[in-house]
Amino acid sequence: MTVRVQTGDFDVSREINALRQHNPRIGAIASFVGVVRDVNDGDAVSEMTLEHYPGMTEKAIEDIIAQARGRWEVFDALVIHRVGTLKPLDQIVLVVVTSGHRGDAFAACEFIMDYLKTRAPFWKKEQTGSGERWVDARATDDIAAERWRLKG
Amino acid sequence: MITVLYFARLKEALGTSSEAIELPTEISTLNAVRALLQARGGAWAHELQAGRAIRAAVNQDIAAADTPVKDGDEVAFFPPVTGG
Repeated sequence: MTVRVQTGDFDVSREINALRQHNPRIGAIASFVGVVRDVNDGDAVSEMTLEHYPGMTEKAIEDIIAQARGRWEVFDALVIHRVGTLKPLDQIVLVVVTSGHRGDAFAACEFIMDYLKTRAPFWKKEQTGSGERWVDARATDDIAAERWRLKG
Repeated sequence: MITVLYFARLKEALGTSSEAIELPTEISTLNAVRALLQARGGAWAHELQAGRAIRAAVNQDIAAADTPVKDGDEVAFFPPVTGG
């Protein structure tokens, strides 16, 4: 598995090809790309800056991937998350999961993303027409992560 | 000594991103470290008061109020995360 935190952009096609290379066991690849929107909470967003906690970020995401591997058949997983200054239309995050079958690939990919939203130490600050502001955490993200809690 | 890190909104409000603190012998949990910082008053009292949405980590793992803190640890305080 691979976790990368970087300022530069990524090429989804190239990353997927690298992850699946020479592995004929793979029957399914699920991917998710998060991108910067030009509006949030009703205000136009011209730019955002992402801060993170170096060291803990990688550790937290590696732990999330390990949990996914414990629950679904995951051959390999890749998470790339950008930091620094980003603009609307820019890619922020990429999650790719390879598996034997689509059910495991879809579930693991969504799980990784839901957990990343609530557990990986990143913070967004937005530039809007009325100045800059830190983005507040959303209750809906906690609910999304909570869905995956194992019962019993 | 412990290292204490602050991130995002908290870092701006407190005017610092990192400091080294001599750990008094009676301080052994995350909550006690938070109380120690709060006792500085001003922005520290305001930002770290009970009820503020603050998350914390000890040695880069998400921590709870009763998580043990000992000499040499890295403690971090930050707002709820907003990545992805």
